[in-house]
Amino acid sequence: MNTRATIRLLPDGRRLYLNDGPIDLIVGADGASEEVARAYQAAASRFVTILDELCEELSLLRTRASNHSPFPKGHIAGRMSDAVSAYQERCFITPMAAVAGAVAEAVLATMTEAAELQRAYVNNGGDIALHVSPGHSYAIGMIERPENPSLFGKFDISFTLPVRGVATSGWRGRSFSLGIADAATVLAASAPAADVAATIVANAVNLPDHPAIARVPAREVSPDSDLLDLPVTRAVGALCAEEIFEALKAGATVAHELQAKGWIHAAAVCLQGQVLLVDPPFDPIGLKSTGILPPVVAREVNNAQSQRRARA
Amino acid sequence: MPEVFPKDTIRCDACPVLCYIKLGQTGACDRYGNIAGQLVRLDPHIVLDRAKSQGTPLVPFLERAGEWDGALMKSKEMFVTAIGAGTTYPDYKPAPFIVSSEVDGVDMVTVVTEGIFSYCGVKLKIDTDRHLGPERNLVRCKREPVGHVTTAEYGSQMLSLGGVHHLTGGTKSEGRVTCETLLDLCNGKEVALTIDEGASISVAAGKPPIVNGQQEERMRVGCGSATIGMFAKQWFGKVDEVVVVDDHITGVLSEHQAGKMLGVRETGISIQGRRSTPGRYFQVAQPGTGWGGTNISDPLAILKPFKAKIAWPHLRLLMVSTTGEHFAYYELDESLRPIEKDLPEPLRGSVERIRENCEPALATVLFMAGAGGSLRAGATENPVKLTDSVKRSLTRVTAGGAPTYVWPGGGITFMVDVSRMPENAFGYVPTPALVAPIEFTLKKSDYAALGGHMEFVRTLDEVTREKQRQRQLASLPENPWPLKPGPKSEGEQ
Repeated sequence: MNTRATIRLLPDGRRLYLNDGPIDLIVGADGASEEVARAYQAAASRFVTILDELCEELSLLRTRASNHSPFPKGHIAGRMSDAVSAYQERCFITPMAAVAGAVAEAVLATMTEAAELQRAYVNNGGDIALHVSPGHSYAIGMIERPENPSLFGKFDISFTLPVRGVATSGWRGRSFSLGIADAATVLAASAPAADVAATIVANAVNLPDHPAIARVPAREVSPDSDLLDLPVTRAVGALCAEEIFEALKAGATVAHELQAKGWIHAAAVCLQGQVLLVDPPFDPIGLKSTGILPPVVAREVNNAQSQRRARA
Repeated sequence: MPEVFPKDTIRCDACPVLCYIKLGQTGACDRYGNIAGQLVRLDPHIVLDRAKSQGTPLVPFLERAGEWDGALMKSKEMFVTAIGAGTTYPDYKPAPFIVSSEVDGVDMVTVVTEGIFSYCGVKLKIDTDRHLGPERNLVRCKREPVGHVTTAEYGSQMLSLGGVHHLTGGTKSEGRVTCETLLDLCNGKEVALTIDEGASISVAAGKPPIVNGQQEERMRVGCGSATIGMFAKQWFGKVDEVVVVDDHITGVLSEHQAGKMLGVRETGISIQGRRSTPGRYFQVAQPGTGWGGTNISDPLAILKPFKAKIAWPHLRLLMVSTTGEHFAYYELDESLRPIEKDLPEPLRGSVERIRENCEPALATVLFMAGAGGSLRAGATENPVKLTDSVKRSLTRVTAGGAPTYVWPGGGITFMVDVSRMPENAFGYVPTPALVAPIEFTLKKSDYAALGGHMEFVRTLDEVTREKQRQRQLASLPENPWPLKPGPKSEGEQ
């Protein structure tokens, strides 16, 4: 029996907080109160075994994914493996890149199987799995960094939108990034897919060999990091407008590529107060900047959008 | 292949990830860190602040930490609670925080840990005279048995909920619902309970109980007989007869010992019900929500005709309930029938006095638990010495900074009023068991003597410096300051 896990309602009395080791989940659900209670109960019972399941295969999950990788046994581990396999040819990636999204998805699935909910979410440190039933939606706000919580973008996820996962990655987060994005937010069909794509896009927001960026081999900070000796970002100095835009464009280019393959729905990248949006090609979903963009970035966004519209 | 890690790297064993953590870094959870080669828990964690509760301006913490000159002022004002501290279970390892501070020149140590209590429960006192259910009958939540009815106490009904047999001895569902019930009650939430062959109630700590849909407002001042005793003198001379209507004992002034002593004249009154001793009547009506907890709405229903030989026209009669909520004033007509009249001014005061002496009816929750072996081992290498030290009042036990009562006898079984603890101080683990904060405070020299984990003692300053992981709360003014309890000392109100 797992005696480490903490299960509490947050002080608002509505959201559920689940913690076990490095996993912290905030869970919310709307529906009839008995249904919500049943969903929370199911979430809690599923939750308490997750960390042990994952740790059983931890060394496999921390190993670079390739065509020769053995398939993991656990269900969540399998979803992680699936999510990263699309990327394993193009870059170094381990299943851990999708762990947060896969855990969120698994807990959410347990809840929706156990109860009839109008809508529900499981937020695993910024990697969010969503459930919306017909007629309901979630309004999602994006912030640059937690200590500066002003919205730089917001969008609605409705039942008809093919998005059930939202993930954010950046160098300031709990896990390491190879890039310099303060935040790269990705909307995708599932939480594990969003999680790994956010990692890839955040890694791509970059200025290779820039002197203002401090990088350290991952294992120098965290001896058992799955990133081995890849250089992870530890500090980013002030950058000029052109540099910021160059880095954001590199990230947006990769995001467009993933979008063209159908792996993600939309994305936003953010660096030192500037934002670049990668709207979905056909039905803009109201991914709006909140008007803090400087003219140069805003113009580029418009250009990118009109080019895409032209292509379409 | 054994990997070689730099010196000062430690391996965290708090969860199965088993992170290697370098000096000055945290593990994957950001909760445990390597500080000077020691594994340290860095969680959000509640620190009580004395200055806040006393309303004196508070210096923002960081500013002060930066310029602090090493004086002792700060340690006097802060108390590290166990809420959010983490636990030692199931391993025998030192408590998450062992904090030293200085109080009036004496070095004190507070051992801070969250305990996982499967041996725990709640004593629920419900201020009501209504019959909630027969003694020993089961109390249920969501149809699962979670406790039982114990004795009726003065003006209150006692329920005992939880305990290890409901938590772990019954079905899975019984344990789960019991744990949920205890958690909600301890965290101040409202809980709906039913009693076999009894009432449905809804209770929350510190709030008026709701019995069968009806909110209790006030406790009665006493039974009808006691009320006569308390107010006889105030009525004497202003009225000829008083009947205090009560479900338990209805009192009659002229027959009651108190009336006799004052020389109140016989009135020829005649009461329904079973006479116990003079002026005291049982079962004047059925229990209910009417006058004095009976089912009557017209008080004359409990009177039989006055005895014609004794009673007289214009006899003045006051009828009042034991809560003062109901009252009526009558005078007898020529044929000795009571006719209702306005309450004369001189009697109004006595009715108001009854009401004033009825205290607000509340449901109150005491959490009760026994501190087990591993918890005590987190404080000292020789757990029995901690017990001994508590019994000898050398070690003080608080829960989230709130005072506790430690039950005499073996072990450290304590009770705490949950409404004196910070909000949401309780959690649970799926065992099922409750997680509750507990702090042991004692002199540093005593701590060393009982085999304390001296090598893990950290100064209050070190602990409170990790500011972003802490929540500072004002300590409740009604609680004694945990580091210096007992009668409020000089300089305090």
